[in-house]
Amino acid sequence: MTLIAFYILSSIVVASALFVVAARNPVHSVLWLILTFFTSAGLLVLIGAEFLAMLLVVVYVGAVAVLFLFVVMMLDIDFVALKQGFQNYLVIGILLALTLLAEIGIVVAAATFGGGTTFDPNPGGVTNAEALSNVLYDDYLLLFQMCGIVLLVAMIGAIVLTLRSRPSVKRQNIAQQTGRKRKDAVELKDVRPGQGIP
Amino acid sequence: MAGAELGLGHYMAVSAALFTIGVFGIFVNRKNIIVILMSIELILLSVNINMVAFSVFNGTIMGQVFAMLVLTVAAAEAAVGLAILVVYFRNRGEIAVEDVNVLRG
Repeated sequence: MTLIAFYILSSIVVASALFVVAARNPVHSVLWLILTFFTSAGLLVLIGAEFLAMLLVVVYVGAVAVLFLFVVMMLDIDFVALKQGFQNYLVIGILLALTLLAEIGIVVAAATFGGGTTFDPNPGGVTNAEALSNVLYDDYLLLFQMCGIVLLVAMIGAIVLTLRSRPSVKRQNIAQQTGRKRKDAVELKDVRPGQGIP
Repeated sequence: MAGAELGLGHYMAVSAALFTIGVFGIFVNRKNIIVILMSIELILLSVNINMVAFSVFNGTIMGQVFAMLVLTVAAAEAAVGLAILVVYFRNRGEIAVEDVNVLRG
């Protein structure tokens, strides 16, 4: 039963990944990418790594794919021109992919790995998230905090890169507005009859 | 490898296929940097699947922690990469990667 689910999910993963790189329209590519992430989250659920699976959905589908979608839809790009040269590189691409796959296959077949086909989804009776948090906030606290720093730097970098000050746009200057005094704004003049304001 | 039970080999096969497709995507979409970034995401996803599979089948939780770190780096990389892409598009009006040689002396 698990094996059948695995085969279904993995064939969907591989097929949608192929469509990601082969789709003509980048919007379609992003949608195929979302399908890939969703089904690979299913693959992770299958072996009892629920927390990582949910994280995959939240981070990849919720953040990364939506970011891609925004950028693809925001930029005004001639998609047809970008797709040219696809045929030229197709043959060498397929050759390279097959070579790479064969190499990986040879290495994997030659090596022996620890661990068998059996696994315990809840080792020690604790759930996946609990087991993960036990080591994440204890042994790997420094790595966890460095993750936060990486995200902070990425956030600041993205903002700094895309922020631009446009002088042509009129904006409110709050400090200037609230700092206005009555004597700066209003001037009283005593206007005599028959004379203008000097 | 292909026994009746779901094993490490199954997951490694999927991971290898995803990795290969990612490299293939980088090669065939030489001009489209958006699809190149998506291919990089595919490669990172394959690494994640591999790490989680090894972690589960070896009975150690470490691999899942590292998968989380890879996830973080992938998110940061996507954010910064797309920001660079937006800035490049704003300056040049197109995103053809083959023309990105402004820095060449």
